[in-house]
Amino acid sequence: MPVLRIALTVNGVPVTRAVEPRTSLADFLRYDLELTGTHVGCEHGVCGACTVRVDGVLVRGCLMLAVQADGAGVETIEGVAGRGELADLQQAFAEENALQCGFCTPGMLLVAQELLAASPGASEREIREGLASQYCRCTGYHAIVQAVKKAGRGRRRT
Amino acid sequence: MSERIEAGVSYIGLSVVRPQTARLLAGRGVYTDDVKLPRMTHVAFVRSPHAHARIARIETDAARALAGVVAVVTGPELARVCSGWVGTLAHFAGMKSATQHALALDRATWQGEPVAAVVAESRAIAEDGAARVAVAWEPLPAVTDPETALDPGTPVIHPELGDNLAFALELNAGNVEEAFKNADAVVAETFTMGRHTGVTLEPRVILADFDPSERRLTVHHSFQAPNMMQDILARHLGLEEQNVRVICKDVGGSFGIKVHVYPDEMATCALAVLLGRPVKFLADRHESFLSDIHARDHRVRAEVAVRRDGTILGMKLDDLTGIGPYSVYPRTSAVEGNQTVRLTPGCYRFRDYAARLRVVLQNKTPMCQYRAVGHPIAFAVMEGMVDHVARALELDPVEVRRRNFITGDMYPYTAPTGYFFERLSHEECLDKLLEMSEYRKLGAERDALRRRGVYRGLGLCAFIELTTPGPAFYGVGGARISSQDGVTLRLEPSGTVTCLTGVTEQGQGTDAMLAQVVATAVGVRLEDVRVLTGDTLVSPYGGGTWASRGAGIGGEAALQSGKALKQNVLRVAAAVLGGEPEDLDVRLGRVVDALTGEVKLDLAELGRVAYFRPDTLPKDFQSELTVTRHYVPRHQGFAFTNGVQLSHVEVDVETGGVRLLGHWAVEDCGRIINPRLVDEQIRGAIVQGLGAALLEHCVYDGAGQLLTASLMDYLVPMAAEMPDIVVGHVETPTAYAEGGFKGAGEAGTAGAPGAVLNAVNDALAPLGARVSAQPITPGVVLRALGRL
Ligand code: FES
Ligand code: FES
Repeated sequence: MPVLRIALTVNGVPVTRAVEPRTSLADFLRYDLELTGTHVGCEHGVCGACTVRVDGVLVRGCLMLAVQADGAGVETIEGVAGRGELADLQQAFAEENALQCGFCTPGMLLVAQELLAASPGASEREIREGLASQYCRCTGYHAIVQAVKKAGRGRRRT
Repeated sequence: MSERIEAGVSYIGLSVVRPQTARLLAGRGVYTDDVKLPRMTHVAFVRSPHAHARIARIETDAARALAGVVAVVTGPELARVCSGWVGTLAHFAGMKSATQHALALDRATWQGEPVAAVVAESRAIAEDGAARVAVAWEPLPAVTDPETALDPGTPVIHPELGDNLAFALELNAGNVEEAFKNADAVVAETFTMGRHTGVTLEPRVILADFDPSERRLTVHHSFQAPNMMQDILARHLGLEEQNVRVICKDVGGSFGIKVHVYPDEMATCALAVLLGRPVKFLADRHESFLSDIHARDHRVRAEVAVRRDGTILGMKLDDLTGIGPYSVYPRTSAVEGNQTVRLTPGCYRFRDYAARLRVVLQNKTPMCQYRAVGHPIAFAVMEGMVDHVARALELDPVEVRRRNFITGDMYPYTAPTGYFFERLSHEECLDKLLEMSEYRKLGAERDALRRRGVYRGLGLCAFIELTTPGPAFYGVGGARISSQDGVTLRLEPSGTVTCLTGVTEQGQGTDAMLAQVVATAVGVRLEDVRVLTGDTLVSPYGGGTWASRGAGIGGEAALQSGKALKQNVLRVAAAVLGGEPEDLDVRLGRVVDALTGEVKLDLAELGRVAYFRPDTLPKDFQSELTVTRHYVPRHQGFAFTNGVQLSHVEVDVETGGVRLLGHWAVEDCGRIINPRLVDEQIRGAIVQGLGAALLEHCVYDGAGQLLTASLMDYLVPMAAEMPDIVVGHVETPTAYAEGGFKGAGEAGTAGAPGAVLNAVNDALAPLGARVSAQPITPGVVLRALGRL
């Protein structure tokens, strides 16, 4: 298999690697960089478990190739959570028990963060629709909606 | 004045936050695919594209020639390392199934059955290699329709079995013919409950590592029952049990999917033994649909004999279910049917009941236990019939239920199907549900809207749930699946407590629930308890987490272990302080005077002395700060729980679409350890039931090809279409265990499909239409309305 060299930043750290053109961004993050917080649930773009940020925009890591991220700035759950950006959401998720197995959680948190950034006052209906790109098989969504609402309330206050 | 602690803290009944989720929220969970080992290889499987076909030849040279391929292995080669298995249980009289192998030997019996394995340095190369394996197939006729599976003209899937009947059962309680003779009316209906599957967000994954020098196998597995797997791997791979270690780290959802023996997982372990290096298998989603167990697929014909006032006199039931080509090992594929026919009349007092069950083989993905095994079918049927009776006799569905419930004055009660109910609370649950949901108001609103051409419906579903199973479930049938479980507690020198248990965690909150019980029983703060699950090398032997057994069995073991550790702590304290252990207590991590609450000793100081300065204690004193206690339910086969659900829907009679407006559940799981965790178990389980009721369907064509093998085709509930779910509780503790805990994991799935079915039929009633098949897709609704 031929390989291509790519250079990008991941969670603020410059990275240079040789990858096969067919390697998905999600697999590259998980296996090449060992950033295993990005999960892979379907490998065909439906479940949202693989959600990461590329140049500030949420993408499905399983539908983008690593070579397409050449030159980009990629952020994963490890980076975004690590610098405290999600602290209130993480706390709300814990308090509402908005995670069970936790497999959907990294993607869910990133999508919730984007949703609240756009509209911290989102209604329950808007939150449900905003999360409709993400599968959760454990919770039934109710607690996740409550957690996002709670974090939104907190942000409106501050 | 010295510090006093007047009373200890009970964490039981508090909605404490799960203490061990921070890592999951930070992307630092460790799921099986996150584990990487030196010299690790990856396996991909060549699977049958046919539902039934003979393997004439397998050409592997092209795959072997590929750079990075380590090995290509077929069935007969692997069978030398891994023996075959038969999925039967001795207490299912007459049950039969064929021997199954890790890789098919000469014939594939469902689309997706693995027939060859390619091991390579990366998953991608393994998949490339699998694509280069050429199998010469000779397709055979496929058995797909359970209705004709037993016809003389239908091919027999496994000739050595003689026919396609895996199991049959007849129950005859009371005198059902007499009951039907005395009836004012008989109502009948045939229900079709479609096949669906679990869709754990994390697919099945296993990583096996074999050390030939000591013949030791270490397996990282996304699984619910590590000791069961340890036993099976040891026996089928010819290893010593103590040399097989199964580790289940974070598990990304299970729901009964990850509690069975899968040929590809057995093959992965066998390949590790064969190659002497680590082999990992991660199913892709397409493979998951073809190879994860499916569930349901029942056709149930029911007849109910009633008096004019709605009293049910008797019932006849005929259940036919198709389970794929093999009964799944070791729990078997007969359990769902068995539970269906036994659970169906479970809420009601009539005693004349006749049921027939036939479990037949077919060339489809094997079917086995998925969350709420049998329950959703049983209660969709029973509650569907109750509403049917109410409509036929123009009675209130609430009153028909009340008239027939087993009531508070009747316990303890043994049902005609043999189940024993210590004490259930049907009437209280129903009362609470009606109040909580403002049922009468919703009914009035429904009636008003009908006049405007808006079709809303309300559907009740009462149910019982089988939890906390004892050895009668699997052990007596010969399956080596532990019904007992243990909890080991170790007081650390710092005064904190480490808890090791055979009960496992897949997101239910086992860690929190056990920590709550342990902290309460020992007398320490919740944050000072750390729970470790899922490692056969260190945890006490146990069954794991399935059949809603974690709280009922693990919780009781934790309580007994906590009490024992406290006694041992007090003995050490008395040795340090002088005096008698009985005069002391442990509260909030301190040893106090039991009477005054005066703080005498910190547990950290006690730990320091016991571990590092025992020379300061009396010569004849030995401290024991690690204890283990086990628990198995001995007094009843199962701890049954009960509840009732209500679904509120709106049916669009133009498109056939069903919109879920609201859902309510009241359930009684005994004494509640953590109300929020119970609520979330109920909610999550309800949504799986709602998926089954409306969306999820494994659709096959007549040749046995699965048409819904991607998430584009198989619909899973999503946030936008699911309703808010209101949960209430009644608490009837079991008196057979000190804690009073029962299980709660499956109640939601048990009742939701029946509630939705009844709600849709309530909405359709004014139009004279009725549905009886699930999932209730728009097509099903439009056909019922005669518009398709
Ligand atoms: S893994 Fe990418 S959307 Fe499912
Ligand atoms: S918590 Fe398990 S998939 Fe969402």
